[in-house]
Formats: sequence, structure tokens, C-alpha cells
Amino acid sequence: MEKIWVLAEQKEGEPATAALEMLTAARRFATSVEAISYGAGAAGTAAALGEHGASRLYDLGELGDSLAGPRVAAGIAALIEAKGAPDAVFLAQSYDGRDVAGRLSARLDRPVLTNVVGLADEGGSLLSEHAIFGGTKVLKAKFSGEGPALFVIRPKSFAAEPSAGEAAAVEAVELPETGQSDAAKVVSRHEEERSGPQLDEAAVVVSGGRGLGTAESYSLVEELAQLLNGAAGASRAIVDAGWVPYSHQVGQTGKTVKPTVYIACGISGATQHMVGMKSSKHIIAVNKDESAPIFTIADLGVVGDVHNVLPKLIEAIKAKK
Amino acid sequence: MKVAVCVKQIPDPAGELSLDPSTHFLVREGKLILDDSDAYGVEIALQLAEAAGGGDVTLLSMAPNGETSGLRTALAMGAGGAVLVSDPALAGSDALSTARVLAEAVRRSGADLVLAATESTDGYTGTTPVQMAELLGWPAVTFAKHVEVEGDTVKVNRQTEAGYDEVSCPLPAVVTVTAGVVEPRYPSFKGIMAARSKPVEELSLSDLGIDSSQVGREGSRQEIVSVEEAEQRKAGEIVTDEGDAHEKIVAYLEQIKVL
Repeated sequence: MEKIWVLAEQKEGEPATAALEMLTAARRFATSVEAISYGAGAAGTAAALGEHGASRLYDLGELGDSLAGPRVAAGIAALIEAKGAPDAVFLAQSYDGRDVAGRLSARLDRPVLTNVVGLADEGGSLLSEHAIFGGTKVLKAKFSGEGPALFVIRPKSFAAEPSAGEAAAVEAVELPETGQSDAAKVVSRHEEERSGPQLDEAAVVVSGGRGLGTAESYSLVEELAQLLNGAAGASRAIVDAGWVPYSHQVGQTGKTVKPTVYIACGISGATQHMVGMKSSKHIIAVNKDESAPIFTIADLGVVGDVHNVLPKLIEAIKAKK
Repeated sequence: MKVAVCVKQIPDPAGELSLDPSTHFLVREGKLILDDSDAYGVEIALQLAEAAGGGDVTLLSMAPNGETSGLRTALAMGAGGAVLVSDPALAGSDALSTARVLAEAVRRSGADLVLAATESTDGYTGTTPVQMAELLGWPAVTFAKHVEVEGDTVKVNRQTEAGYDEVSCPLPAVVTVTAGVVEPRYPSFKGIMAARSKPVEELSLSDLGIDSSQVGREGSRQEIVSVEEAEQRKAGEIVTDEGDAHEKIVAYLEQIKVL
């Protein structure tokens, strides 16, 4: 196909990994790949985005205290007016990406396919792949109406690979008025302190589930994660129970992780959880229940109580250091 | 303040789920339940109404077949009534069509704060609330961890990659809430009894002025091409802990050079 646009989220000139992954994928399907970005420092991503395949970077500028959804969707709609519609727009399955996709879909009156984990070109149109039933089945879908096709892609679905591309040519785009839909304003921003790597970037992820018994026992998971220089994750069950914040959640409704090793502690392996971690390189599971589904995908399964195994494991690793 | 909560009735995710072999749609026969994700929105709505010294909490839902069993659960929690848009033509609706139907239901309800889950457990598209906000021309704040209403402003702590943003938003507005941020109350026996007689207004598409060609299978502009078995991982070694299983884990971590 001719052209794909990628919404490239960034922070202070550092593109999100998901943006580089989507550009890499877009290069496979379209002769022309262009990026759209926003926020302070967006123009600073031109080299990295270009290296990953974007020939042009439309910079929507800073959003001030606005939320991304209405402003960025209005910007993309204005770009379509000015430049003509691309065949497809790729957005990340992120907090802002989803907001933009929803707004854009309603604005353009085009449906949107979300949770995309793979793409294929079939006869000039894109087929999207979606993991369903905990990743036991792959559903393939496509758009049957007029474009642009809007795909919301889960991070970690593609590997980011640089090409020999030069820096993207930056073109500033003026945002149109957004009116009442843009009435929500950010009053203040809070960064939670995090020691160690981000959950979706970590080489080691240690996750806890209902088998921990109490919210307090989650500290075992955090301690082990810290010792291994990893990130602490959680099953939906303990996020729903309010033990840990949503930002820790691994699974269908949370983050997808692909670490070198995933250590599941007291997680039975509901399909909702498995879809978010089953592509980890190695999986270790500790669970009391020998019939827990997590053991069907674990490389090393320990049938035992996390309250016995984890403290000893933590001591043994400390002793090695 | 008039609060509406969008709720979805879904097949029990803990049960056996299957797809219709010809349409590839999720089989929705048998008893449907209130999506767990929606219980948080219902709880927040009830708390907001209580904090405001009383107020109206209405449920909004959509189904092809007049299903109300999930709605009764939310009514038993304390919602005052429900509006169910039910029409056979709705079967197979995509997220945008769903948003169109719900937006009309919101307009008709006169609600000025609409709560919804960030995504449903079964379809998990996660765009319907924002699409609905755009169709209504309203602001939306998604991924709320905390919601408060002061006068005609809703204040939300919104989850972000790095932490959270405090967001202030004038009503009318759509707010989506993440799971786990409040503890949904269990329906009391009294609540369950009361729910049986609470009003559930059933509307058809024509009541909302929506043409059936815009929704359901007919209005959907996306199609499922195939459903295939995914490549499966194989189980590895399984050991039973006899006090020394941690050594096995250490050895494994050393072997893969994590330690």
C-alpha cells in the first residue's frame, strides 16, 4: 500500500519503544511511512523516527494542560483534510493512544481495531491479528469499508529494528480548535517513584497473584524483583482487590511483557493473565495448586507455597551477591 | 447531578467461552452476568451520589435480546433504575456502533456524568466510552483512579505511564474507571429483593432514532476473517517443593544467565 501514518508518542525527545516497533512494522507494508508526534521535544525524535522508517514527522506541538485525546485526534483529522488520508493509521495501545484512537474513530466515522498483536498484507489490505481466549486462539480481522484503517497495536507485538533511514523531515502542524471536547485540563502531574526498570521494558519480571494471600505479602514479590534488577507485576485478581495499582497489571487488560524470565508467584494462570506474559523467553511458576493452568506453560514449575519458597529464594540470591 | 453508568452483560469469563463457527462472534447464550469491570463504576457512582446527599444513578446497557440478569446485580448494589437498549439488529455491533447507541441513550437520559469501565472483559476493545464522548461532543477522562465531584466539575486522578495526573473537567463528561480503585459493595438481601421491582426501561433502536443499518452486523465495517489455534508453549519441568525448590530456581536462573 501507499502510505501509513504512525502516531509516535514521546517524552522529551525520547520516542516510545512502541513507536519504533510500529514504524518497523509499517515499513513492511507501505512505500511511504510518516510519523505524527506531539508534546515538548517532539521534533527531537526526528532522527530516531527516521532511522526506523519515517520519512516525515508531523509535529502537532505542545498540548499545554490539555489531554492528548481530543487535541491529537483533531490534529490528525486536520492532516487528513490537508494531505489526504493514508491507507492506515497505527496507534499504540497506551493510555493516550487509546484516547486518540477513540476520538479519531468517531470523528472520521471509521471503525477501529484494537489489541492488534500482528499484521499481514493480504491483497493490498491489512489483516490484523488478535489474541483471544488467553492467547490460545488467534483471530484475524480486516476492515471492509472505506479507509483510513485505524489499528491500535499492543506494544511488544513487533521488534523495533533500525533501517538506514535519514532523520525525518519535520513539519509543524497547527492544531485546530477543539471546543468543549477538550475541556478537561490537567491541574498537576505526579510521578510515582520507581526503583528499577519499567514493567514492559524489564528483562526480569516477578509477578504476584492471589496465592500471596494478603496485600502485605506482595513485598516478597517486590524484594525478589529488586534483587534481580527486574520489575514487579501483578495479576488482575490482586489489582481488582486493590492490593497493587493498575499500573502493575500484566495481562489482557494490562500490559504485555516479554522479559528474559517471568517469575509467576501465586498466580494460577487465568487466560486473562497468560495472554500478557506467555511470550516471555523463560517462565518460572510457583503455585500451591498442582493443577494450576500456569504450569502448562512454565519452563520450571514449582508446586509449593510462595510463603515458603520466596523467602528462601530471596536469601539464596542475597547470599550469592 | 445525574449519573449514568454504562454496564455490559457478558458470558461468565470463568466459564467455557466459544465462538460461533460461522459468524465468529462470541456465543452469548445462557445466563449473562454483570461484567466485573463495571462494578467499580457502579460503586463510584453510588458513592458520588451519597456524597452529594442523594442523586440519581441510572444504568445504561445494550443487548440484542432483552437480557437483564446482569443489570439486576447492579440494581441490587443500589442503582435506581436502568435503561436497556434492546434490539435484535444490535447483534454483532462493533465498538463505534455501540458508542452511537449509548450516546443516544445518554442524551435521552439527561445524565451529566457518565461512568464506564476502561474496557469490557469480553471484547476489551477499550474505545467505546471515548467514541461516545466524541459523538456527544463532551470531554472524557479515562483511566480514573479516583473520582470526586465538586459542583459542576469532576476531579479525576488519571493513571499515566509515570504516575497519575490530577485532571479537572466541567460536566457534562465521560469518565472511565480502572478496576480495583474502590471496593464494590456486595448486594444485600434487601438490595436483591428491591432490585426485582426497580424500573428497567427497554428501548428499541427506533425509540432512539437510529437506523438498524448503522449498527449490528449490517453496520459493522470490520469483519473477522478467521480464527485459528495459536502456537502453544509446552510445559517444562515440574517439581514439588520439599523445602529445597528455591535451589532449583537459583540453578535455572544461573543457567539462563540471569544470575
